[in-house]
Amino acid sequence: MRNAGTLERRAVAAALLRDPGDLLVVTGLGAPSYDAAAAGDRPLNFYLWGAMGGAAMVGLGLALAQPDRRVLVLTGDGEMLMGMGSLATIAAAGAANLAIAVLDNARFGETGSQHSHTELTTDLAAVAAACGWSATATAQDMQQVEALRPRLRREALFAVIRISPAELPRYLPPRDGAYLNDRFRRALGIRVE
Amino acid sequence: MSQSAWQAQVYAELKQAHISQVSYVPDAGHAPLIEAAQADPAMRAVVLTTEEEGIALAAGAWLGGQRAVLLMQSSGVGNCINMLSLPANCRMPFLALVTMRGEWAEFNPWQVPMGAATPAVLTAVGVHVRRADRPDEAAEVVAASAALAFDSAVSVAVLFSQRLIGAKVFAK
Repeated sequence: MRNAGTLERRAVAAALLRDPGDLLVVTGLGAPSYDAAAAGDRPLNFYLWGAMGGAAMVGLGLALAQPDRRVLVLTGDGEMLMGMGSLATIAAAGAANLAIAVLDNARFGETGSQHSHTELTTDLAAVAAACGWSATATAQDMQQVEALRPRLRREALFAVIRISPAELPRYLPPRDGAYLNDRFRRALGIRVE
Repeated sequence: MSQSAWQAQVYAELKQAHISQVSYVPDAGHAPLIEAAQADPAMRAVVLTTEEEGIALAAGAWLGGQRAVLLMQSSGVGNCINMLSLPANCRMPFLALVTMRGEWAEFNPWQVPMGAATPAVLTAVGVHVRRADRPDEAAEVVAASAALAFDSAVSVAVLFSQRLIGAKVFAK
């Protein structure tokens, strides 16, 4: 039991996403999508309901396409574990405007709270550092979460936030991908043909 | 037509289609395209650890107003299948150029199962599959496939046949 997270996930998401401005947000499937929606649904949130392991790479493609804007990927430990190679890809690509925050409950919460690798042996922040991320952090209390908030909007930061494995009522964002895609691009002012 | 000549034409069609992100898992058959992308200041070349990363990258690029292409070999197609639900659900374009292995004078038997399954599994998950067998048609097939993908917002894979690429020679 190396992971003893106690933070309440909705409070963490609300803190990280407070006053989002024009922050571009990509969320990994499962509870992080619910958490971001509960913090306030907005057109510049792009929620993944599938494509497990892809959240960080969606963030990279977006960050490369919009170099003058900040991109935040909010995902969970299971989703990040499936896309662990993308930590190497993103570090190699060197996108200065992309940050990742992992809500780490050390569980596969969506499927019955089976223990994940972060409960057993894996430290995702150390993985990111080994992949070449120069800024990594781990937060275990709300003061540390508050300190992460500005950094996630300024640095190419990979942050792990230890949250409680308690399951909360689902807060479901829209799940029509075509709608999410269309409203995101319109909000960015991209001409939609 | 030489190898480098038709691949230069293919690269020109990617530029013509306003593609600005090229992701790849290296393949000898794609080497000229990868080198062209790396040398082009208007193109972003992104090396991947596994092919499905390129599908997610392309989705992010599209959300941000750019177009991407994924370069891979047929052995990587199997890695991509679930991630292809991303462009399908989001009605986003997706374009991949796939060099074929396991179908023409293949020396390595480990390439054969995925090579043989490639058109069927791509079709099964909803990707439109096109194929270039001759150097003089490759650029045209890529241009038409890019137009199909980006104008009609569907996923398209162009298979470059192993006969076109040239079977890999293993020194014995």
